[in-house]
Amino acid sequence: MGLRGEAAIVGLAEYPHRRKYLGPRKFTLEQWAELTRVALDDAGLTASDINGLVCADIRETGMFTPATVVEYLGQPVNFAEKIDLGGATAVGMIWRAAAAIELGICDVVVCALPSLPIPSHPVPQPVNPMVYFQSSSPNWGSPQAEFEIPYGNLAQNCGYAMIAQRYAAEYGYDPVAMAKLVSEQRWSAALNPNAAFHGAPVTIEEVLSSKLIADPLRMLEIVMPVAGGGAVVLASKAVAARCRHRPAFVTGFGEHLTIKTPTYARDMCHTPVGPASARAFSMAGIGPGAIDAAQIYDCYTITVLLTLEDAGFCGKGEGMEFILEHDLTFAGDFPVNTHGGQLGMGQAGAAGGMTQVVEAARQVMGRADARQVFECDTVYVSGTGGVMSEQSALILQGG
Amino acid sequence: MDRNFDKPLPSPTPVTRPYWDGLQAGQIRVQCCLDCDRWVFYPRSHCNHCLSDRLEWRQMSGAATLYTFTITRQATAPHFADEVPQLLAVVELAEGVRLTSTLVNVAESAIRVGMKLRPVFDRVSDDVTLLRFEPA
Repeated sequence: MGLRGEAAIVGLAEYPHRRKYLGPRKFTLEQWAELTRVALDDAGLTASDINGLVCADIRETGMFTPATVVEYLGQPVNFAEKIDLGGATAVGMIWRAAAAIELGICDVVVCALPSLPIPSHPVPQPVNPMVYFQSSSPNWGSPQAEFEIPYGNLAQNCGYAMIAQRYAAEYGYDPVAMAKLVSEQRWSAALNPNAAFHGAPVTIEEVLSSKLIADPLRMLEIVMPVAGGGAVVLASKAVAARCRHRPAFVTGFGEHLTIKTPTYARDMCHTPVGPASARAFSMAGIGPGAIDAAQIYDCYTITVLLTLEDAGFCGKGEGMEFILEHDLTFAGDFPVNTHGGQLGMGQAGAAGGMTQVVEAARQVMGRADARQVFECDTVYVSGTGGVMSEQSALILQGG
Repeated sequence: MDRNFDKPLPSPTPVTRPYWDGLQAGQIRVQCCLDCDRWVFYPRSHCNHCLSDRLEWRQMSGAATLYTFTITRQATAPHFADEVPQLLAVVELAEGVRLTSTLVNVAESAIRVGMKLRPVFDRVSDDVTLLRFEPA
């Protein structure tokens, strides 16, 4: 059951991620066209090769999004999806594209998550009150409107902080291990020209002395919002054979959703990435020990810690020790987030998860330049949406 | 306590109304599934274990423990700026139900996962009582 490993990522596009975006503003549709063009060029394909497309929300419409994008690009497709999985969207896009290719309904699929600022409306627009509630819906009848928002349980920081606090009570907590994780990712980010923190490493001490935001999480353990975005092109094995780079075949995936709000998780410290990763490894026919690099969704340090444990890279309760015992930089014995992760790249909305996908493919293709992992053939990728609500995993392997 | 009536308050639905009426009356009422004998929270039309629609409201004892918490140093939304540091909590009722709440009448340094709690029925408007908790 599952993928045969006959679809591959063959082309990449990534905007530099920047805290202060100084370039021209473009509508999401314009960014879609630009990223698609760059990713196709990168693969050695042309616009007319496209016959599948996976998108997420765009700023210009809340409905008929795939058809709007298809029309804008001018390329008819046999397969179109819109994914709504928060930070797990990128990984969710990739496996759906790979599955559609293996079903034989398309052989070149574009997946893009543009997230640069769009042009300001010439007429000042009223602020949408929804922006204050972020990922929690204030609509009547929404469980969040009734049981979360009135208590102030909204946005992401407090949910992740409460998971971390529960973890601390059950298994213990070492702020130094968390700070080491940040520092090592930022070391990789410092060498990545697309990272918001390019050339800006931090020490463990700087992480530990950064501002407390929601106990126990500190500023430098939390992603910084940036402008950015990225795209990949997937293709069948036959098409991949005539592309320019070594293909990164999708050999395994898993996805698991449990809750929206972690209050209702059966066990806050056992996260959906566990079952998602188990399926991905089993589909690929490998175990966690076969991984050359892990691109782990890192909205917060606690997310990486729980993913290391639940995906099986170490046992439950052993994550802090694992981080202390391993060198997690691109040059280390267990490379994690070799692009710097989102803690180093910055988080461009739901496009954040695309950085992990792009870097995983880049490593398999052997194109990570100064950050290249030696003989990198097998990479694990995870995506996390909501507050450990919906998670997904991928295995990418060189052909 | 300062009251900012711009704070987002719950608007009960026909299904959830008995829960909020219970809080107004100083009681915590939770649905129990008559088919699988398990608690259902938050209130629903169908059991979130077996999808039965045979749900019965029962009164909780009020005894509770702290499952987890955080202390926010920045407001989670502008509406809560006057509450910083917010003492956000996930509370586990003795019956096993977990819910989102906030802690009151407690020093930050005294908050511990597992501490015993009791309910505080906080009447925030004529129509709405929120369920908060304090050390037991």
